[in-house]
Amino acid sequence: MIRLCWDRGRLARLVRQRPRRTKRARRPRSQVLPLLLLLWLSAPFAVAQVRRPEPVKGDAALEERLNKLSQELRCLVCQNETLAESRADLAEDLRDEIRQQMKAGKSDQEIIAFLTERYGQFILYRPQVTPTTYLLWFGPFVLLLAGLALLFYYIKQRRDQIAEQPLSSEERRRAEELLRSGSGKETA
Amino acid sequence: MLRYLVPLGLFIVLVVFLAIGLGRDPREVPSPLINKAAPTFRLPQLNDPSKTFSAEDMRGKVWVLNVWASWCVSCRDEHPLLLEYAKAGAVPIYGLNWKDKREDALAWLNDLGDPYVVNAVDLDGRVAIDYGVYGAPETYLIDQSGVIRHKHVGPVTRNVWKDKFMPLVQQLNREGASR
Repeated sequence: MIRLCWDRGRLARLVRQRPRRTKRARRPRSQVLPLLLLLWLSAPFAVAQVRRPEPVKGDAALEERLNKLSQELRCLVCQNETLAESRADLAEDLRDEIRQQMKAGKSDQEIIAFLTERYGQFILYRPQVTPTTYLLWFGPFVLLLAGLALLFYYIKQRRDQIAEQPLSSEERRRAEELLRSGSGKETA
Repeated sequence: MLRYLVPLGLFIVLVVFLAIGLGRDPREVPSPLINKAAPTFRLPQLNDPSKTFSAEDMRGKVWVLNVWASWCVSCRDEHPLLLEYAKAGAVPIYGLNWKDKREDALAWLNDLGDPYVVNAVDLDGRVAIDYGVYGAPETYLIDQSGVIRHKHVGPVTRNVWKDKFMPLVQQLNREGASR
């Protein structure tokens, strides 16, 4: 199910805030439609660009620490973004929560535990090594080993196949005949 | 023969994995809160901010907590169903009004109808973080001892209600009656 909730409010505000074009600037009708199309297509990017990064609140060391920690965390709204990059409302809330916990003297480990208790391992870009994540962590190495074993087996088999076999007397006779005939163009 | 069957077999396995992957909703993150105690909170009520609502008040009852907001389009989508289920009365539905303006939320309920027994107002989203909310609507089923038994992400549909919520509600009520 696709959910379109997030940032709806912001989008609406943004649309409302867009300045009205004055009459003087109106373009000929033939140009309006493509322009509208272009505007419509670029709307998502506009939203992405208009958002300015947050101003740094409070002391720089804390922000640095917050930034470092939130690089490791996934934003649950825009799942391919880290919590540090994301401008989603929820990401801002979570950064605020982390900021306050840091001010309260919590360690990074404690904050990560707090978040995984609520959002699960999914929020971690580097999930912990537990039985459910064994496949994730070790799967690639297992595949690599399996591939190497297969390659080794294949090469060994091939070497057995192409082991040198002496020519029979008939083959030797034909080879000599071919060599004697000289031109080399003939085929048997 | 084997030389064709092996790649074909691998290809079929790959296709099956991809098909399963396509069929799943990446938005649905498994909640670690299932079968854990519902986080406690005490928040002002929407209709009367001088009163508060707490998850503790609901001890001994099976209830549904629905996270919603007036800015949420999917909430509008599921709203008629919530009204219907509130009327049916199998389980009381409580609301968590998430990061919303009070007047917007009240107008929304006024226009569309109010399925909620009580609405708690989570203005800064703190309680929602405790519940692992990452988008609205989300719906929780909480049992008599205050344990979260089910969580649904996204709008509630007839199938979800019939297959997930109602069987659990009935089972919990039976267990509660026999206790």
